[in-house]
Amino acid sequence: MSKLSHESLLKEFPEAQWDEAAGAVILPVANARTIAEWLLASGWDYCSNVTGVDYLEAEVKEKITNDAGETETVTRTEAGRIDVVYHLYSMANKTGPLVLKQRTGREGATAESLTPVWRSCDLQEREVYDLFGVNFNGHPDQRRILMWDEFEGHPMRKDYTEPFDYEWEPTPHAEILEKHQRGKVIV
Amino acid sequence: MITAAPNYELLQQEGLETSLLEISMGPHHPSTHGVFRMDVKLDGETVVELRPVFGYLHRNHEKLAENMTYLSSMPFTDRLDYFNSMTNNWAYALAAEKLIEVEVPERAEYLRVIMAELTRLVNHVTLVGFFINDLGALGTPLMYAFREREKILDLFEQASGARMMCNYFRFGGLRNDVPEGWLGRARELVDRFPAFLDEYEQLLCENEIILSRTQGVGNLSRELAVNAGITGPMLRASGVNYDLRKVDAYGIYDRFKFRVPYTDGDTGDCYDRFMIRMLEMRESVEILKQALADIPEGDIIGKVSKVFKPKPAETYGRIEGPKGELGFYLIADGTTKPYRYRVRPPSLINLTVLRDMCLGGKIADAVIILGSIDIVLGEVDR
Repeated sequence: MSKLSHESLLKEFPEAQWDEAAGAVILPVANARTIAEWLLASGWDYCSNVTGVDYLEAEVKEKITNDAGETETVTRTEAGRIDVVYHLYSMANKTGPLVLKQRTGREGATAESLTPVWRSCDLQEREVYDLFGVNFNGHPDQRRILMWDEFEGHPMRKDYTEPFDYEWEPTPHAEILEKHQRGKVIV
Repeated sequence: MITAAPNYELLQQEGLETSLLEISMGPHHPSTHGVFRMDVKLDGETVVELRPVFGYLHRNHEKLAENMTYLSSMPFTDRLDYFNSMTNNWAYALAAEKLIEVEVPERAEYLRVIMAELTRLVNHVTLVGFFINDLGALGTPLMYAFREREKILDLFEQASGARMMCNYFRFGGLRNDVPEGWLGRARELVDRFPAFLDEYEQLLCENEIILSRTQGVGNLSRELAVNAGITGPMLRASGVNYDLRKVDAYGIYDRFKFRVPYTDGDTGDCYDRFMIRMLEMRESVEILKQALADIPEGDIIGKVSKVFKPKPAETYGRIEGPKGELGFYLIADGTTKPYRYRVRPPSLINLTVLRDMCLGGKIADAVIILGSIDIVLGEVDR
């Protein structure tokens, strides 16, 4: 078991989980920074890609075997969540990727910023904040990056609906027009 | 790892009331190569604070791609880095091919390498031209560069029908074979290209003005470059031997003999970044010579339907684009559309260290430093 494998990470930090289907390590948000620092020290010097993935609340159908030994289909509700995904590589050892995920709820989404560990997360975490609405604890400069500051909402969320006219802003013209339509102003 | 701003005491000079000058450089400044803005604070001519502002060209490319089938977003990838549509296509095809497991025919693999290396020539030649333009040599060097670029764009047009928005790659191969006589014309171009490089190097590389303007300007240390995720020629100029064509050996790059130029990492200044690109063009010519000599006859695309439903999976495909590591992260959920589609833009991430490189320098140097990073706003803002 080389030092640069997910097994050594899971052995060092038993609270992290291995997601076989996604091929990723799920980090607990609380000590994500500690784990990241350990990873950097053990050779993962390059964090390539940072992004978010939004999952809505979904009903999942599952086949289970009940007590009587019969197969039946049950429906269970899977809570919505946002994953913040990190792709790590090692430039020194030329290996990778190691995929990390921080999992957080959709309401008041919060994750631990890994920018103090890898500077490459800086602009990308700002992008996740901007487009997914995830707050990063300890990010040195968390502002919107692609959308303008006054923009409301987070466009990459799956349930985002764009406003009818997102460039609308109150102007004197609109006020006068409304008054005119009410018969108050005669042009 | 944030480098501290140098200590300026000018403000406290006795009897002199001074103040910092705030300049909003861009979004229409010609040196920003598009619509990019830098909020700069100046002490005289010295940069004491710099904040990049993004988003003027943002159209949420990722959301668009998540609402259409896999193949439909192929033409949109052309518009990311509009100088290098061929390599953008390849990175996306590489990521999607991991989902559907299709074999790419031999001839298509060779043509992919040929197109990618021609694209690298286009990118580097354009960058060097614009870089010299930023230095103040208006026109002539850029026109020399564009003359060569034009010849390559003609080849692209003959192969794909478009000069810049090529849309030439498909999952499992390429859209169509190159027309008759194309390979001969490409060989001729490749044979003549070194003569242009000789002339260009003779004109530029020892030019005294270029040396004094670029050497020791915008230094980037090896440690910061790696930690900040800098990739491509900019990383190698800071002394890291990391080229995905060698590391991942995607496609058939393991069959070609070429060298990866990188510096000893002493300075990592603008001159290094300029020179690395000149050297890389020579290596691209070498790869092109080998690929054009060995290319076999055969099919151009594997068996793939236009609309497909990959099994639920996650994949990350990356290539060595001319500007750095261009990656595509795809999540399939069993439908015809990607559930998540993410572009890892090298141009944006290479801008992480812009502030560190510019602080303490002159405002005129900030223009050169930005030019030497090599950004395209279509990719920065997506």
